Amino acid sequence: MSAVPQSVAVADARVTKHAIAPSRGSRPWTFYVLAGLFTFYVIALYGPMICIYILSFQDVRGGLVFPMKGLSLHWFVDLFTQVRTGDVKGAFDRSIKLAIVVTVITVVVSFMSAMAFRRRFPGDNIVFALMIGSLVAPGLVLGIGVGLLFNAIGIETSPYTSALGAQLSWTLPFGVLVMFAVMSRFNPAWEEAARDLGASTWQTIRLVILPVLAPGLVAVALFGFTLSYDEFARTLQTAGPQNTLPLEIWSMTLNVTSPSLYALGTVTTIISFLIIGAALGTIVFIQKRRGARAS
Amino acid sequence: MAVLRGDIELAGLTKSYDGVTTVVQGINLRIPDGAYCCFLGPSGCGKTTILRMIAGHEDPTGGEILIGGENVVGLPPVARGTAMMFQSYALFPHLNVRDNIGFALRIRGLSKKDRNRQTDAMIEKVRLTELADRLPAQLSGGQQQRVALARAAITEPRVLLLDEPLSALDEQLRVRMRLELQRMQRDLGITFVHVTHSQLEAIALADMVVVMDRGEIRQAGAARDVYATPRDRYVAEFLGGQNVFAGRVDAINGDLASFASPQMKHIAVPVGSAPVSTGDTIDIAVRRDDVGLVRPGVDVAADTSWLASRVLAVEYQGNFVKVMLDATGTDEFIAYIPERTFFRDPYAIGDVVQATWPSHLARLLAKTTALTA
Repeated sequence: MSAVPQSVAVADARVTKHAIAPSRGSRPWTFYVLAGLFTFYVIALYGPMICIYILSFQDVRGGLVFPMKGLSLHWFVDLFTQVRTGDVKGAFDRSIKLAIVVTVITVVVSFMSAMAFRRRFPGDNIVFALMIGSLVAPGLVLGIGVGLLFNAIGIETSPYTSALGAQLSWTLPFGVLVMFAVMSRFNPAWEEAARDLGASTWQTIRLVILPVLAPGLVAVALFGFTLSYDEFARTLQTAGPQNTLPLEIWSMTLNVTSPSLYALGTVTTIISFLIIGAALGTIVFIQKRRGARAS
Repeated sequence: MAVLRGDIELAGLTKSYDGVTTVVQGINLRIPDGAYCCFLGPSGCGKTTILRMIAGHEDPTGGEILIGGENVVGLPPVARGTAMMFQSYALFPHLNVRDNIGFALRIRGLSKKDRNRQTDAMIEKVRLTELADRLPAQLSGGQQQRVALARAAITEPRVLLLDEPLSALDEQLRVRMRLELQRMQRDLGITFVHVTHSQLEAIALADMVVVMDRGEIRQAGAARDVYATPRDRYVAEFLGGQNVFAGRVDAINGDLASFASPQMKHIAVPVGSAPVSTGDTIDIAVRRDDVGLVRPGVDVAADTSWLASRVLAVEYQGNFVKVMLDATGTDEFIAYIPERTFFRDPYAIGDVVQATWPSHLARLLAKTTALTA
């Protein structure tokens, strides 16, 4: 009587073992093809950037091409001391400040429009289409248009007027689209539950909506910051007399022929990574804190 | 503080979202203080809308809602003394069990010490002490339901409103949580209003069942009354357990109506003082557990109605056997035969049988449109 179930169990175990560990033998040939393809892709993606980072660490004899000549931080010092390379420090300063303003406006406006778009309202499709329209418009054309318009009405272009507006036309649609995706996972019953428990509208936003959406808002901030910090096309004709960092790099490629150009590339990359790291760190921190209270 | 009564009165309550179609059509209802009331109906019958209007999450288009004798239309939920348990619970995902339950106290501005004392007492009551620091996502469905219940109950409402509270749970858990709801209602001693589409749930829990159809109340009353004495075909079919069929009256002798069609010539239905006359088509209900089966040729008692028919299908249900018959044309006709009785002389599919029942147990139903399924 007991022999039958036992043999079934043995057969079962054998089948399961086979099913969960198919890779104990040799991998299929497709694995090597795909792995090779992926390696090639990674090299193609990061190789050019890594060349620049390596070349920026040459000494005073360094040139613009391989082979490496010496190893020092000479060109980094050069970058921040010599005037002939342009106003890197000033440009960097302006870019960061502008990016912070753009980030704040993007986060606030994206949050508010995502809240508004939860319900249908007359003309909501038109508003949405207009918003996406500014995303698909060619950046250079849009920048030139803003510049022309300011010129026509007689206002000087400057970072916090024309450039800010032109950059927002780029960051806002992105921010709103990200918020839409974040909002689609927001259960409206949470708001109703808060109201049911006596929360005012402001308390609901502060104690429920904002904390729930916090990771999404950090993502929007990251988007806003990097898109602005990196923005070239829309800023070219709208930044006014002084360059932002991408414009400065562009002008340096035209007239600087030393590795300090590469040093600048290395520095800006490091800063970008620091910002992305800070943003991701914030998201992880928010989730860790919830997890910590939860355990 | 005066004791707040939790009796609810709906007077001419109407709701229309677009001004064209009304989802709730002039409901009048009194729910006594401390009752467990179930609104029962298919989806789209307006039961959830009524609940949300009582809760204050939806404004009525017309009519009044009185709680404890006071009109609450236009008041926010807190001022009404109601609390709602949402479908799928709507627990705040970023707060742990303790903070979810204590949310209302935080809103009221209680100090952290007072808040935690009251919250922990409530957590104990719903037996979640070991899970107090977990996030909702780390809880099972049944545990989430207990958190939702505790979060609503901590506001000390006089009316607790539950929107399909058991629909997110699997079958076994549903039966367990049903008992838990009953226990909570007894402990708290407040009015529960529970919306469901499950007749099992409604009759198991409720002191008062309100059967709804397309924004109107079809029948309201004690669970047993609604189940055993349905008012019309809709209620009988929705609650189940009844064979409902129609027939044209041929003659009325005393208070018994009889029928002309050859199929139904051995059926008599008590019509009492109902205005039924010869030639009317009436709906009749016979409880499935009142129906017995005998072989053809066996004599039946004088005051017994019977139908000749054929067995279509037999389903074993454990404590009884469900025998489906082709007795009444388009309407289903089913007999629930006690298991022991059935197996003394089992019927096979295709057997000719007589379905019998004592004539006085058949019920005349009020004439209404049939349930459109």
